[in-house]
Amino acid sequence: MTNMNMIQSLNNALDIMLENDDGVIVFGEDVGYFGGVFRTTDGLQAKHGEHRVFDSPLSEGGILSAAFGMGLNGLRPVVEIQFADYIFPAYDQIVNELAKIRHRSGGEYWSPVTVRTPAGGGIRGGHHHSQSPESQFTHTPGLKVAYCSTPFNAKGLLISAIESNDPVIFFEPKRCYRGPFYGDPHNVPTWEGHPEAEVPEAHYSIPLGEARLAMEGDDCTVISWGAMVHVCEQAIKDSGVSCDLIDLQTLVPWDRDAVVKSIEKTGRCVIVHEAPKTSGFGAEMVASVQERCFYHLESPIERVTGWDTPFPHTTEWDYMPGPSRIAAAIHRSQVN
Amino acid sequence: MAKKKPSLKIPDAPHRPGDEASFESWPWQPGDLKMPDPKNCSSEDTVPHAAGLIRVLGDDNKASGDWDPGLDADDLRLGLEYMVRLRIFDDRMMKMQRTGKLSFYMRSFGEECVAIAQTMALETQDWIFPTYRQPGAQFVRGRDMVSMICHCIGNVEDNIKGRQMPVHYSYREGRFISISSPVGTQFSQAVGVAMASQYRGLDEVTITWIGDGASAEGDYHYALNFASVYKAPVILNVVNNQWAISTHANFATGGGEFASRGLPYGLASLRVDGNDFLALYSATKWARQRAAAGAGATHIEVLTYRAGAHSSSDDPSRYRPGDEHTKWPGGDPVERLRDHLIEIGEWSDEKHIELEKRIDDEVMSAYKEAVSHGDLATGPYPSSDTIFTEVYQEMPWHLEEQFNEMMEESDD
Repeated sequence: MTNMNMIQSLNNALDIMLENDDGVIVFGEDVGYFGGVFRTTDGLQAKHGEHRVFDSPLSEGGILSAAFGMGLNGLRPVVEIQFADYIFPAYDQIVNELAKIRHRSGGEYWSPVTVRTPAGGGIRGGHHHSQSPESQFTHTPGLKVAYCSTPFNAKGLLISAIESNDPVIFFEPKRCYRGPFYGDPHNVPTWEGHPEAEVPEAHYSIPLGEARLAMEGDDCTVISWGAMVHVCEQAIKDSGVSCDLIDLQTLVPWDRDAVVKSIEKTGRCVIVHEAPKTSGFGAEMVASVQERCFYHLESPIERVTGWDTPFPHTTEWDYMPGPSRIAAAIHRSQVN
Repeated sequence: MAKKKPSLKIPDAPHRPGDEASFESWPWQPGDLKMPDPKNCSSEDTVPHAAGLIRVLGDDNKASGDWDPGLDADDLRLGLEYMVRLRIFDDRMMKMQRTGKLSFYMRSFGEECVAIAQTMALETQDWIFPTYRQPGAQFVRGRDMVSMICHCIGNVEDNIKGRQMPVHYSYREGRFISISSPVGTQFSQAVGVAMASQYRGLDEVTITWIGDGASAEGDYHYALNFASVYKAPVILNVVNNQWAISTHANFATGGGEFASRGLPYGLASLRVDGNDFLALYSATKWARQRAAAGAGATHIEVLTYRAGAHSSSDDPSRYRPGDEHTKWPGGDPVERLRDHLIEIGEWSDEKHIELEKRIDDEVMSAYKEAVSHGDLATGPYPSSDTIFTEVYQEMPWHLEEQFNEMMEESDD
């Protein structure tokens, strides 16, 4: 076990996969010589060679289509889209091509691409370095969608994503790269000493589709993913309510059994994400929870999300769900 | 402030319905262009080839010039047979569409030469990444017509299980990659396929095509740029067949040039008479040699004319003169190769009629066998579980639930 921050654990996952599988090839904007603007691929080119880890033109559509073709021809590309906000020039290649190739070719062709992309707010990134577009991908059959939250699950999930023969969109909460985020911008802890930062150096994987029970309690089920998991942890502590905190980790396919089991126990549910509310993945969770757990519910399902507005710059703390909004929702769930 | 007169410039097609169609005859003749060394020339060395037109077959039906590939008569007859087969096959499929046995169809009429000559110029390990206008490559790679027709019907024997519209073939055995409807996407993907061959150290070249219309998509430019940056062993063809449904090539680029657009990317760029079997074969062979030698990609404008409708849903009489294709300076690709073979004493009108008759019989018998596995009007269709399979490698729980739901509902 080594204490690693999320950048280090992601780097370690890529390193292991480059070592284990000649077909793994890592590329994207600034990822080669420089090692990525967030340093996630630091040192990998020097260690594994420039034919394995390299820079690409500034061309998200080109990155995705090249990766798609490489995947068809026996490779296992891991590409980085520098910010999730910039994934949209590649959207057609992801939604119409990558997601559909296995099905459309009757299983004759597939392309096991992993798309890593830093997402979410909290770094004063404004409109275009802060969005969390997971629901733009959960709505596309053929894709798996993962969203890590800690150094430990980042490594285990990324290894699963790379080993998967299905394409995976892999969101990394950039606010948590160097430390957990408890919703207070003035409190900037590192991962030092955090139990989820104790990361084995060897290969391990966390199955896509398995949630993590981040906190255990009796009276409410809080469901979240990405950076918001840590904000929820703070909110649960602040609320004084005994809660299960489910970190979904994978949104498609999500962990039905973990969610149902918890809500059958608690009877109450709060869903938290930082993406906008309308058509957010929280809406899918609300619908699914009521379909599966309606007769166990003691109160209406609550949603705490980002607003249905562009992501702001200097006022981002009023945009992102904070511990007080989440705690208030937990309290509302306790009425009745 | 005085308002300026509206001056938005909208291009037009050369001829519209009711116009007398006429094209200027080509100034380019076989023998005009020398063949540079494919392994050593620079993109600048191909400037004349992008501005001119590579031709081998002259108006006298004779082959001449540097680009004459010197194919023997057996290969030429084989190429002719594939083209005749494609034309007869297309006609049969259109009849099936008109009688409700297929939902939709797209012919290659007037462009039969493109995929056939080019695929014949490749090695069997090379990857084919086509659009819906290159199904003919499958004949060269040995695909059985029954299997192709079953795909077009979408019956129980369709290898892609009724999941895509007709003509969206996938044929792994022949390294013919699944066709996608969004135009242009394959162009930049093909560069990725080629980069993987390069990475793995394999002697494989990838060939791909895009239409004049789709060359306005971003994917076209991604492809040229990536191919150039990484020196990928890929052959990038722009099939300039003049029309993208009703949109004339004048709307795809303001400069009127397709071939030369490869030059600023540093790619060898050629314009080839797309109805000249020999020229197209030769240019493709040249590009393959260049790619295999590590000298990079070649950008080829295949100059041709879409003689038929875009698809069975299209009516070209609404936007162009009905006889425009008969005025095309490049003529008809099947007739030109036939006439060349006759000219060199290796073919005759009688043999041609015999060939058409034989292939017509073969297509008819393939058609009968294919419909014995079901047609669109009456089925049987692929089983409904094929909606849910192969979305992922293994079916996740939410698909399984929905599949069960569908099965329960269908029992009611």
